[in-house]
Amino acid sequence: MSFSWTRVGALLRKELRDYRRNRFVIGTMAAVPVLFITLPMIQLIAANATGKDLSVRIGLSLLYMLVIPVTMPSVVCAYSVVGEREQGTLEPVLTTPIRREEFLIAKALAAFVPTLVIAYAVFGIFLAVAALFAHPVIVSAIYAGTHVLVQFLFMPLLAGWAIWVGIPVSARSTDVRVAQQLSVLGSVPPLVILALMSLNVITESTTLAIGLAAALLAFDLLAWRVVAAMFDRERLVTGRRG
Amino acid sequence: MTENLQCFAGLYELDNVHGRIERALGAVNLEDRARDLCGSLSKGLRQRVALARALLDDPAVLFLDEPTSGLDPVATREVHELIASLRERGVTIFLTTHRLEEAERLCDRVAILNTTLRMIGRPDELREQLFRRSLDVRLRAPLDDPKAVFGAVSEIEGWEQTPSGYTLTVSDPDLAAPALARALVGAGADILSIAESRHSLEGVYLELIDEDVEAKAR
Repeated sequence: MSFSWTRVGALLRKELRDYRRNRFVIGTMAAVPVLFITLPMIQLIAANATGKDLSVRIGLSLLYMLVIPVTMPSVVCAYSVVGEREQGTLEPVLTTPIRREEFLIAKALAAFVPTLVIAYAVFGIFLAVAALFAHPVIVSAIYAGTHVLVQFLFMPLLAGWAIWVGIPVSARSTDVRVAQQLSVLGSVPPLVILALMSLNVITESTTLAIGLAAALLAFDLLAWRVVAAMFDRERLVTGRRG
Repeated sequence: MTENLQCFAGLYELDNVHGRIERALGAVNLEDRARDLCGSLSKGLRQRVALARALLDDPAVLFLDEPTSGLDPVATREVHELIASLRERGVTIFLTTHRLEEAERLCDRVAILNTTLRMIGRPDELREQLFRRSLDVRLRAPLDDPKAVFGAVSEIEGWEQTPSGYTLTVSDPDLAAPALARALVGAGADILSIAESRHSLEGVYLELIDEDVEAKAR
């Protein structure tokens, strides 16, 4: 049986419908961006354009933007398997002919697509507000460098990392709360490196950024196969301990 | 409900989805609730939706794992009727259940498992394997000399008195019953009923479990 995008599409549509009807998911998707756009905007608008820590301030503000594609899919993916298992809706899906690779890609896309839409939208709002209300020196500092490109590049890569950490954690967990804690914790490491770069602890360079992006991309592509190999469908259906 | 079935039709990669969903909902009598949210349905209705899902691809074989677990008597009856109608349509159904009366009512063949497969066959065959055939006799008043009456009928192999009458072990109930009736009338007894004893599947199961317990104790 070959890989079928029809089956992926069917499950993806179901997932997106479930999000729409689930207050918890809607709440998470609304609260996280609001939280992570308010603080950096205040920080940026109130910043002194002549301050020597300007680049650090800008770096910190932009770092907040990268927290969105990490936290949102972490929370959603942590629920994706164990949550459905608790609801009793996982077993019927796993007893259909859907392959585990298809199941995982549908779950991943269901977290990836809304995350990326929201993350890019929030970043767009951030850029627009900065352009309208921040000091011109700060605005040119944001637009002049590679900040915008880095944001657009790292947002999907970080989301991919968070997804491929969150789904296996969810598949192995027996409790949604534990899955969420572990998933958020597991999604932090690449963000730490970016934070150190933003705070000038690690010297930013194009080579380092490309290297980090390439490593994340390799992880995201490889993780799908690795997680699929580890995905024990029978254990999830029968409920036996792994 | 329709969206749920659409999703599963997609997972099975089925064509003519609309028609299949209509037929599946019709088979479980849920056409008028097609727009209801699955999450808002009672457990019985959810079981019917689950059956509708299973019927989407017109299966020749269906595995049902405790389909009436946790259902009230009305919902249980509805699911039973559904399973019976599927059987009549020629669908082979493997039904797992702890409800022996359900197995007795719905199944052509029954397999009894107690860690391992203990018995398999038609319910009547299982009864015959475990229990000797017998007749239940109800009389208006107890016999004065039952030993003499029953001893005169050659087909009767043994007897015991019960609160409601007598239970007689016989080789062939069809031969024994008329001979017994004649003997009882000859003895002046008022016969209320003579019927072949019917052991339930539960009786078969309990007998097997008792055998297993005794075997372990030995």
